[in-house]
Amino acid sequence: MVTDLKKWFVLSKRRYTQLVAAVLYNCNITGFFKGEIYKGPVKGICAPGLNCYSCPGAVLSCPLGSLQSGLVSAKYKFPFYVLGTLILFGLLFGRFICGFLCPFGLFQELIYKIPVPKLKKSRFTRILSYLKYIILMGFVIIIPIVRFEPGFCKYICPAGTAGGAFPLIAVNEKLRPLLGFLFSWKVFVFALILLICMFCFRAFCRFLCPLGALYSLFNPISFFGIKVDHTKCNGCGTCTRNCKMDVKKVCDRECVQCGECIGKCPKGAIGYGAFSIDSRENKNDLKGQ
Amino acid sequence: MKKKLMIVLSVFLLLTGIGLTVYGVTKGGFKDVKNKAIRICNECIGIG
Repeated sequence: MVTDLKKWFVLSKRRYTQLVAAVLYNCNITGFFKGEIYKGPVKGICAPGLNCYSCPGAVLSCPLGSLQSGLVSAKYKFPFYVLGTLILFGLLFGRFICGFLCPFGLFQELIYKIPVPKLKKSRFTRILSYLKYIILMGFVIIIPIVRFEPGFCKYICPAGTAGGAFPLIAVNEKLRPLLGFLFSWKVFVFALILLICMFCFRAFCRFLCPLGALYSLFNPISFFGIKVDHTKCNGCGTCTRNCKMDVKKVCDRECVQCGECIGKCPKGAIGYGAFSIDSRENKNDLKGQ
Repeated sequence: MKKKLMIVLSVFLLLTGIGLTVYGVTKGGFKDVKNKAIRICNECIGIG
């Protein structure tokens, strides 16, 4: 019993980092009791991960929400600051942010722990992973420019529903009469994502998240991340075979750099490193699939 | 060749990122983001 409890409480370093990041993003604790959002000076800084700025605890801005609201008014003022910040985040860390610094990623991983039959990655899920690029283009870029509304926040974002809507509506009575069809739609989308995440590892990250799609473009050239030592790698494919994401090789666009493969590699060829563009080219492309 | 291209691309993106961020801040981008973020986003919470 004691061992079980110890196992329950013993968290990996990554889990600690995810928890710390989630708490730091949402450290305005009083907001949860008052049903109000933080209005302090640091709210102009974009957080690297997906975290709704309408969450009562949020002290930073959501990069996607900021980008969309910037694009809504892009005709008058282009959101250079948000775009520059996103490029820097992507270039420095790539999808390491998804694996370590995204509160919604942590939420999905915890949901996945519910003991139900699990769907394994396949050719179908790999194809489905391209959907997030369509969402990035359609809901984050085109809809805000053409229809002047934040398409992703409005119709899809489950982080807004979980982090923003639920805690605000639970405490703030003034907001309740304003809820209508859109809220019902968002709750439906959130519940659906939650359900899929129980069966499918990080389903939202893999198939829908436009922030992940954006960072994935930087993954092969990010300054910090997973690297493979060519001299040790024998191309056995253990890393890709054991990975729950739709990766073809370590640190490709789908890799969230969680580091699960580090312990699995029989040759100890995988590790975290900086400025290692050349070492990302490993031999195990699709061998483990 | 590919390695060199990647390095050139990274440096270009780094400079672009820094440039856009600094330019955006000087043009009031930080304030714009803050002004948006200190109000409850109706779309985010499903009002509208």
